[in-house]
Order: sequence, then structure tokens, then C-alpha cells
Amino acid sequence: MAKIIAGVSSSHVPAIGAAIDNKQTEEPYWKRVFSGFEKSKEWMAQTKPDVVILIYNDHASAFSVEMVPTFALGCAAEFPPADEGWGPRPVPVVKGHPQLAAHIAQSVILDEFDITVVNKMEVDHGLTVPMNLLFGSPKEWPCPVIPVAVNVVLYPPPTGHRCFMLGRAIRKAVESYPEDLRVVVFGTGGMSHQISGPRAGLINSKFDKAFLDNLTKDPKKLTRIQHLEYMREAGAEGIEMVMWLVMRGALEDKVDEVYRFYTVPASNTAVGHIILEPHRRAAKKSAGKAKKLAGKMKRAAARTKTVVRRSR
Amino acid sequence: MAREQHDYDDIPGTYVFDQDRSRQGFGINMFCMSLMKDENRKAFKANEAEYLKKFNLTPEQADAILKRDYNRMLELGGNIYFTAKLGATDGHSFRHLAATMTGSSQDDYANMMLAGGRSVEGNRSKSGKVAKPTKVAKKPSKAKAKTRSKSRSKRG
Repeated sequence: MAKIIAGVSSSHVPAIGAAIDNKQTEEPYWKRVFSGFEKSKEWMAQTKPDVVILIYNDHASAFSVEMVPTFALGCAAEFPPADEGWGPRPVPVVKGHPQLAAHIAQSVILDEFDITVVNKMEVDHGLTVPMNLLFGSPKEWPCPVIPVAVNVVLYPPPTGHRCFMLGRAIRKAVESYPEDLRVVVFGTGGMSHQISGPRAGLINSKFDKAFLDNLTKDPKKLTRIQHLEYMREAGAEGIEMVMWLVMRGALEDKVDEVYRFYTVPASNTAVGHIILEPHRRAAKKSAGKAKKLAGKMKRAAARTKTVVRRSR
Repeated sequence: MAREQHDYDDIPGTYVFDQDRSRQGFGINMFCMSLMKDENRKAFKANEAEYLKKFNLTPEQADAILKRDYNRMLELGGNIYFTAKLGATDGHSFRHLAATMTGSSQDDYANMMLAGGRSVEGNRSKSGKVAKPTKVAKKPSKAKAKTRSKSRSKRG
């Protein structure tokens, strides 16, 4: 049986992609951002998922204003990087997992999530930047990826509650897939940011911190945050955080926070990142190495608290 | 018909890209989409006004594009993820566009971001009615009843 073994969330700021592509990751401004993901890459190298389900939003790359699916599931065998106006990012083509994707489509639709099936799609920085942050810049991505695109561009996006419930439906689908696959779910976007209009540059670290805390502790509370509140408190584009709730819904109720990183800014945006695993007691049998590493990382994170910048 | 009013219109300095704006700005956004192709970027750069004729734009919309008035484009139905493609065609990043829209110099904007960004305090509401974060609604139904009885027993 397939199983969701962890959830990862991270911002997907396009400038992070540009910094990687232009080899600026060692510059002090960017080093501050990338150093926060060193532990995460280690964790990922140990965790070695068989498949990643990556929740992200398309930024007018695959979907223009001609067609705006609220939830779209990438069922293709591969997803080439899109040309977002600068030429496509020099990253590997993303390989899909058509069989598991087809299974998820059938399962979630019968579970009353009328998801759009996409058999041809290019993917933009929303998907490729988190891949870089967690896997680095290999020649080929180490595992297949199932993209799940959520509309957060055209108002209104789906509610946080709906996103959470989609996560639940995805978990149910994965757990009913016969092959033994270890799946990691990514929720991407956010955290607080506004890149449009005279209020651009808005950052709300207090909101972000509470969001990160409740993602582990009380995700149901997060599902009751209204769109108006996201836009007002976390910026017009901060509403992307609803996508983190798909990831959270895909995990069990009780989770352990394995790692967290937060820094301001990357370009216009607060960068937030968290790794969650099913609560340890429940995962006793299967954890083994990963569990040890999780403990190590937590201790390491505690030691390097000064590196993990919290807001200003 | 005038634009329907919404609760989010109270957020200062913000043009929420909703269904009405999307309909109004279809031409702007489709023009921006065309800039995802290199040959179109070149054709646009060669003769901007002529290139814009291919799209269904009002004179105000075409004017905003030619003047690179990014706030006006948003007001007339453009969306930032689309207009950013025009920015990219000019060689500008999201941050460059954001600074432009706030009316700051590039340096001032970059420094504001490094100092932690624009504070939400004083930036929540045009009307001034919302000065603090709104409390997230309590748990509905059953859970609510439970907490109520608990708190009552505590008080009693």
C-alpha cells in the first residue's frame, strides 16, 4: 500500500529560482535564504520518497485567463518547465507518475472533488523552486512528481477548509493504491507577501509565525481563516497559504514538527518552510533512520536558533 | 453598471483580481500571455502600439501598457502575474515592478524589504474600521457546545 510519510511546505518565490539559475546562492543576501534549506536537503536525501505530490499554483503559465481550473491534477508522463518571460528555467523536465495520478483522479472525483485532469502541462517556478530548495540542482529529479495546481490567482481561490479536505481526499486515494510507495506531499507558496499595487511589500511575521505554529498544533483553526483575513493580514498574494492546508489535510491529525525555517525577505516575500511527519508514536515501526535524523535536526535547529531568523 | 462593491475593496492599495476585473482585463492579460514567446516579445518591442492592435484593448488599457503604468493596468483588469511578463520583457523583476507600483525608488523599496517589509499596522483598512486582526471564528456546532458548558462550569 502507498503511504504518505511526510509533508513539506515552502515558499516558491521566483527570485529564488533566478538566484539559483544565475549562481548567486553564495551572495550574502541569498545565502541567508538558502542556508535555511541545508538541513532540509539532508532530511530529503535520507527520506528518499518514491513520489512527490506537489501542491502549487500556476502563475499564468499553463493556465491563462482563458481557462481557470480551481483544482487541476497533472496526470501526464512529463511536465516541461515553462517560459515565464525570461526563457524556461534550466531545470530538468519533471517526470510524472501517470498511474498514481490516474488513481488519485478516480478516487477524489468519486469522493466529490471535481478535479480537472490535465494531460499536457508546463510547470513554472511555483513547482520548480520548491523542488530546488529540497532536492538541490541535480541533472534529473530523483523521483516522479504529481503536480496539483490550485487557482489562487483569480479571486476567489478555494477556501482553506476546502483545501484541507482535498488533502484528506488525496490521503485516502494514496492509501488505497496497491503499490508500496512512500509519498511526500508538498504545500507551496506564501508566506505573507503582496507584490501588486501601492501596498506591495507588506509582510506580517506575526501572522506567519502563528500560521506555522497552528499548522502543527491546530490546523482546523487555520481552515476557518477567511480570504479577506488572508489578504488583509498577509497581503493580497499571501492568500497562497491556503495551499499549505492541502498538504496538512493529507497528513494525520497528529504530527511532529521536524524542522522550520523563516526569514524576511526574499525579493518581496517572507520565506517560510516547515517539515512535518506523522506523530512519532504512531510511526514507531517504520521510522527508524528518519526518526533519528528528525531528532538530530530538531536539536541542531535549536542550537542554531540565531541562524533561523524570526522576523525582523 | 458600476463595479459591485466587495468587503475586500476596503483593503488599501490593493486591486483584488476578481471575476469582474478578469472579464474587464481579458485583453491586457492575453496580451501579456503572448509575451511568453520570444518571437512575440521581439515583435512587441519592434513596434509596441502596432502590436497592441492585435488585442481587444480599450484606449485606456493600451495607454496604460505603453506608459508602463502598472497600477493602472491592475485597476483596468490586469493581474500582476500577467503584467509581470511585460515587466520581464523589459528586463525587470517582480521586485522592480513592486517598487514602481509603490512609488518608491528601487533602493528605498529594497531597504524597506530588508528591514522587514511594510508593516500591516495602519495598512489594514481604508475606512479605518479594522485596526486589529479579526478573530478567527470559533469551532462550529458540537465543539462549540462543549466549550460553552466547560466555561460555564468554571465560572459557576
